[in-house]
Amino acid sequence: MRLDPLGNPSSVAARQDGAAVAVRARGLSKRYGDRVVVDGVDLCVRAGECFGLLGPNGAGKTTTLRMLLGLTPPSAGSIEVLGLPVPARAREMRRRAGVVPQFDNLDPDFTVAENLATYASYFGLKGPGLKARIAELLEYAQLADRADAPIQALSGGMKRRLTLARALINDPALLVLDEPTTGLDPQARQHIWERLRRLLNQGRTLILTTHYMEEAERLCDRAAIMDHGRIVACDSPAALIRAHIEPHVIELRARDADTFLGRPHAFAGVRVEHVGETVLLYAHDRERLLAAAGALPFIQRPANLEDVFLKLTGRELRD
Amino acid sequence: MERSLSLPRPSLRFLPVWRRNFRVWRKLMGPSIVGNFGEPLLYLLALGYGFGRMVGEVGGVPYMTFLASGIVVSSAMTAASFEAMYSAFTRMHMQQTWSAQLHAPLEVEDVVLGELLWAATKALINSTAILLVAAGMGLVGGWQALWVLPVTLLVGFCFAALAMIVTALARNYDVFTYYFTLVLTPMLLLSGVFFPLDSLPAVVVAVVRLLPLAHAIELVRPLVVGGEPTGVLLHLAVLAGYALLGLAVSSRLIERRLRR
Ligand SMILES: Nc1ncnc2c1ncn2[C@@H]1O[C@H](COP(=O)(O)OP(=O)(O)OP(=O)(O)O)[C@@H](O)[C@H]1O
Ligand SMILES: [Mg+2]
Repeated sequence: MRLDPLGNPSSVAARQDGAAVAVRARGLSKRYGDRVVVDGVDLCVRAGECFGLLGPNGAGKTTTLRMLLGLTPPSAGSIEVLGLPVPARAREMRRRAGVVPQFDNLDPDFTVAENLATYASYFGLKGPGLKARIAELLEYAQLADRADAPIQALSGGMKRRLTLARALINDPALLVLDEPTTGLDPQARQHIWERLRRLLNQGRTLILTTHYMEEAERLCDRAAIMDHGRIVACDSPAALIRAHIEPHVIELRARDADTFLGRPHAFAGVRVEHVGETVLLYAHDRERLLAAAGALPFIQRPANLEDVFLKLTGRELRD
Repeated sequence: MERSLSLPRPSLRFLPVWRRNFRVWRKLMGPSIVGNFGEPLLYLLALGYGFGRMVGEVGGVPYMTFLASGIVVSSAMTAASFEAMYSAFTRMHMQQTWSAQLHAPLEVEDVVLGELLWAATKALINSTAILLVAAGMGLVGGWQALWVLPVTLLVGFCFAALAMIVTALARNYDVFTYYFTLVLTPMLLLSGVFFPLDSLPAVVVAVVRLLPLAHAIELVRPLVVGGEPTGVLLHLAVLAGYALLGLAVSSRLIERRLRR
């Protein structure tokens, strides 16, 4: 097997055609007993794009990704990934895919470098190219000085970086990342973002789930918002915001939110939403918005993907 | 992806799974080798000299020799069962080692086969150690004893495959204790490891002959003593039958468990 240096993936040539499709799923469903957790999902991920799968806890994101990878069979629907039918030819497909699972499953019996070598062996990778590849991935993950450290000695951010490096061992054309930055500090998150950006620049396809809307807005070319197993919207972040949210937003927090709600608070042309300890005011007309907030201290900001998420998936707690 | 109860298609993809476990074992080889040699040595010395003095000869051979050949087999059974239960469950459930393997281009059948062959390898390692100890004590009758090694590999695979069924159904470690206490220990006590089968009631013997351990012993004991086993095909067929049954059932159950 050929091992290309990181900056030069073998997969680029296959993606010259801008319209190429990396993942296509039709009518995808998954039932557990009589619970339908994924319900008639249609997905199309273009080669070379970063595609986000967003949704509240329990929406069915992980289950969808597991079906795409051939890790669990769908109850209904058809899947094609990298041109191969899944699950029928999932094993072949996974030769060219990388996976960052929601929960780390690094091998605790091995050191950092041994983890990469062992994972490479599952792909049948060996030979002199492999050593160089591992060294390169350790650099990429900024773990070169930890090569001989046991997994237990790594911080959460290091583990996540190692998991990402491990997913690249086979120079994959497609990366599936389930919450790659959950639980990481801001620096570690920035680090992962930068690494993911590099992968996109190399022409790889990324599918990622995240609960951080800022992350999705930053990284994703397109995002699907999932709720109760269904896709309720799918487009570029900017288009989703335009389509669903008024351009002007004001936030009132904590006591100011209570004060606002304690008064009569219906204003023509202003949409009022209450989430947790925050009141959100949306309007097309900025003047009306400012009038509604009155003398209360507020934060004015542009509409963002989080507004879309809250509008489409509701304000109630899940799970 | 409903599949009928069938044996996995043969391929060499199990090898990286086997090798992963081998590498981990090699890291901790020192202490485990000491255990491999030390424990049977103590057993043979204590039980053999103690009982041997009282019992003298059993079935025409010194009790020490009788016991050594039994322990070669029983330790293959125990080692393989332990590996396919406690260690495999740890890798499947606690450490999620298998889930990482399944994210790579491996299938459940590759993982199960790799684990079973690894457990069989552990059985071989243990039995080899005991055979060496026994040979060192002058208890081995001749070079035909080398045939014991491939047999213990089969015995190990057979018991690993049966244990893997328990692992596939396990929710925690407790059930393994039940399997050891209610299945393996009675089999161990009644299958002719410590005393000859013919000293038991006919009904018990009939039942024991339906189980794999007695057949393993009837193959191994003559080879250790320096003779030639009889009914070889039947014994091999029973062991292979249990092995294939365990492989097919456990693969299917684990497929169902992990592919939910
Ligand atoms: N093996 C399973 N058996 C039964 N129910 C399951 C199984 N796996 C997932 N579910 C259920 O399916 C639903 C969707 O789960 P899934 O893990 O796909 O959600 P998610 O969108 O990834 O959530 P989160 O953001 O919390 O990771 C949940 O209600 C979960 O309890
Ligand atoms: Mg999830």
